[in-house]
Amino acid sequence: MADTAVDTGRGAGNTGRRGFLRKTFLHNVPAKIAALPMMATVLVVFIGCTIWTVYYSFTNSRLLPSGDFIGFEQYERLFGTSRWNVSVWNLVTYGAMSLVFTLGFGFLLAVLMDQKIRFESAFRTIMLYPFALSFIVTGLVWQWIMNPTLGLQGTMRNLGWESFTFDWIANPRMVLFALLIAGLWQGVGFCMVLMLAGLRGVDEEIWKAARVDGIPTWRTYISVVIPMMRGVLVTAVVLIGSGIVRLYDLVVALTNGGPGISSEVPAKYVYNYMFGAGNIGQGLAAATMMLLTVLIIMVPWAYLEFGGKGRRS
Amino acid sequence: MSQTATMTGPAPDTNTKVESGPRGPRPKPFFTPQKIIIYSILVFFTLYFLFPLYVMLVTSFKTMPEIRFGNIFALPSQISFDAWVKAWTSACTGLTCEGLAPGFWNSVKITIPSTIVSIFIAAVNGYALVNWRFKGSEIFFSILIFGSFIPYQVMLYPLVMITRELGIFGTLQAVILIHTIFGMPILTLLFRNYFASLPQELFKAARVDGAGFWRIFFEIMLPMSLPIFVVALILQVTGIWNDFLFGVVFAGTQNLPMTVQLNNIVNSAQGTPEYNVNMAATVLTGLVPLIIYFVSGKLFVRGVAAGAVKG
Amino acid sequence: MQTSVSIKDLSLNFGSVKVLEHLNLDIAKGEFIVLLGPSGCGKSTLLNCIAGLLDVSDGQIFINGKNVTWEEPKDRGIGMVFQSYALYPQMSVERNLSFGLRVAGMPKAEIDQRVKRASEILQIEPLLNRKPANLSGGQRQRVAIGRALVRDVDVFLFDEPLSNLDAKLRSDLRVEIKRLHQRLKNTMIYVTHDQIEALTLADRIAIMKNGVIQQLADPHTIYNKPVNLYVAGFVGSPSMNFIEGTLNGPTFNAADGTAIPVGTYDFVGATPGSTKAILGVRPEHIFVGEAAADMPFKTEAEIEIVEPMGSETLAWTTVAGVSVTFRCSSDIDIHAGDKIQVGFDIARGSLFDAGTEERL
Repeated sequence: MADTAVDTGRGAGNTGRRGFLRKTFLHNVPAKIAALPMMATVLVVFIGCTIWTVYYSFTNSRLLPSGDFIGFEQYERLFGTSRWNVSVWNLVTYGAMSLVFTLGFGFLLAVLMDQKIRFESAFRTIMLYPFALSFIVTGLVWQWIMNPTLGLQGTMRNLGWESFTFDWIANPRMVLFALLIAGLWQGVGFCMVLMLAGLRGVDEEIWKAARVDGIPTWRTYISVVIPMMRGVLVTAVVLIGSGIVRLYDLVVALTNGGPGISSEVPAKYVYNYMFGAGNIGQGLAAATMMLLTVLIIMVPWAYLEFGGKGRRS
Repeated sequence: MSQTATMTGPAPDTNTKVESGPRGPRPKPFFTPQKIIIYSILVFFTLYFLFPLYVMLVTSFKTMPEIRFGNIFALPSQISFDAWVKAWTSACTGLTCEGLAPGFWNSVKITIPSTIVSIFIAAVNGYALVNWRFKGSEIFFSILIFGSFIPYQVMLYPLVMITRELGIFGTLQAVILIHTIFGMPILTLLFRNYFASLPQELFKAARVDGAGFWRIFFEIMLPMSLPIFVVALILQVTGIWNDFLFGVVFAGTQNLPMTVQLNNIVNSAQGTPEYNVNMAATVLTGLVPLIIYFVSGKLFVRGVAAGAVKG
Repeated sequence: MQTSVSIKDLSLNFGSVKVLEHLNLDIAKGEFIVLLGPSGCGKSTLLNCIAGLLDVSDGQIFINGKNVTWEEPKDRGIGMVFQSYALYPQMSVERNLSFGLRVAGMPKAEIDQRVKRASEILQIEPLLNRKPANLSGGQRQRVAIGRALVRDVDVFLFDEPLSNLDAKLRSDLRVEIKRLHQRLKNTMIYVTHDQIEALTLADRIAIMKNGVIQQLADPHTIYNKPVNLYVAGFVGSPSMNFIEGTLNGPTFNAADGTAIPVGTYDFVGATPGSTKAILGVRPEHIFVGEAAADMPFKTEAEIEIVEPMGSETLAWTTVAGVSVTFRCSSDIDIHAGDKIQVGFDIARGSLFDAGTEERL
């Protein structure tokens, strides 16, 4: 079906008021039809559903959504629930550690890989394969490894190391570290690949110039290369951060929130209240809090990246 | 055989005799302290990454008495496939005890259509955004991308309601729809960036020849996009296969994917846990994405990096 | 004469590929030497070896009498300017200049003094607080040179610094480099593929091909007495005209039979007997009309193409069966189709052995 020349939009019927409407809406029709799924998704899901959730978080919805407006009561209940507060605290702690260690190890490994080593391909394959696995798989295998009696702790004790302790998964104060080990196992490889791409983007001649100037390698990384990698670092932080907020499957598989509620996370709280405990309003309120957190981080970042220098998409 | 350059003019005579002292390449000892540190750290991390895989495999081939011995490092004294058979055919995934096999086929039934639909729609989106821009198209795209950062939980309940209204809640169609929706941002970005990197002249020549939206898409753009399709394929198959949340919410008890069944086998088990069966089940669930990973090699890395490139 | 840089029997192999073979080169103190050649001839490789960025496979390098073959670049007393200038993008000009000195632990007062001196010489004082992204191409070059200048070195190395620039900027910055050399009087080793840069900047040129120096001489000699066919064809634009034929005593018989007297030619060794040879003459040494009348060799030729260049005119014609270009003043009125006298004196030209391609 040949498309008539759409560039000028002139011709009979395209002038005047009706012409304006015709031009705006009948212009480029096949593309608009083709983009309908995208537009529908944006309007209905990303905008519509979000607004719905926020709105109904102010109601008294229990097993089914109700229009009973109760103001901030759900939120008051939320902030009074230790389970929620523990969830938030857990996410913040885990998030901070995960961000720091993922970036740290990722960058360290990338620097090592950048040193013209042998077997680079093999190393990379090994470091990245966990990323291909589901969080469920990751959580379950580490759950087995951390099994106090038959896992690593048990094994080491049976081999003679009586005092070897690795029961973090059963220890409310250490369980977040157990989560961290599993989370890092999955995420560090990805971060390394990202950082390595960034490192390789640095012009060879900058390295030569630094060498002629007599700058030692480590100093070149710190003073010259890292400042040049600002873009990659920001991308990495954004990606790791968005993964942290979504933390759910890993917790379900590794600890299911336990022991007790010591490894609960907001995403799990939302799910449990929305579909389990029959208190949709609570779930919606918790979900809205998650949204708020993301917005607080995303909006300043988006403004910095796109607002200041004009559109950059 | 030494070559002396031809010279004229007031220049020093070339003394071609090599003197005593340092000559040739710098002496480079094989084991420098730096190299030792570098390789040590890399090997340490390699062990960290390989250890769970080793444990998974080794445990799955042992018998329960052997496991109760309490040495996860030990290789199985005899390779036993019992755990694998049980995991596949008779492990209990909640109410039924039919093993992972049904879950595997469910995952297949979910992954294949979801991948096809989500990639097709995103490819068309990317194509439209680059070559057929219209008023507001960029705004829609920006919101799409921005929305991809919103946690799924925020939109989950309304989506449940919508799928219920549409009568598809608890069926394959619901899961496929959800995967298409949430795969759209990143895949559209992928295709958009790719189409933007293609020379515009090709498209303009086709327009001059009189071809329209769909014809150009199918006859010109698609054939040129094989590499990016493979990358998108890898991204989607891996992501959808590994999904848990959407499967458990939308698929319905008849269609629960492998990840959900796996979690049920391990975490909802009654009685004494059978660790070898658990590990066998875990390996089985991870097998498909792992195979894709090892086969695709560099393309997987490219997909990963592409997911990270934001404009 | 003191040698500033001395290269002895230098060889470099990448695997089985011999990039540089048994090179010997002595560079005098304060000399501006240009390594000239096409891509892949080994000139950049040689420069990187001198700098210490590449390990040599065999041979030695001396700078100021010291054997630096195993020294790190920073201990060789060299400064280097790269093709992309390689300024540290996140640092201001001042920090770019002082970074190396700070890392070396030099006292602040001395660093400031050196930076001040360098920026005065290069006239980049007003730019000290700017970042490289906010500098023009010429300013960036000066900062790159400044980085070498503050290190107070004897030898400056340039790796095709003008190759990335457009023609106008290139000629402006070329003059700046020459001016800098006249002022500083440091030894400078300059790599380029552009023969104009080589001819205008160099005290001596080393023309390289496949890792071997073809000729090492001052620009005048290279231009007028090229030592082989390769050098003759490489330098000069438009390039030298070549006519194949046989040399018989005092006469050169071109392939098409035309006899060209070569009695005035200054042979390198003894006058050879009958040999196959190639005669070369530059476009500006071919004269037309009245000027041709005094030439030992003259012939009638029909002008085929005329290219007016503004300052002069290039024309194409056929002489001795070979397509030939010549230059004449734009005052002379010639057109395609004109039949006029052209002639030249072989004393200004070159004769090469057809087999060895070397100068006879």
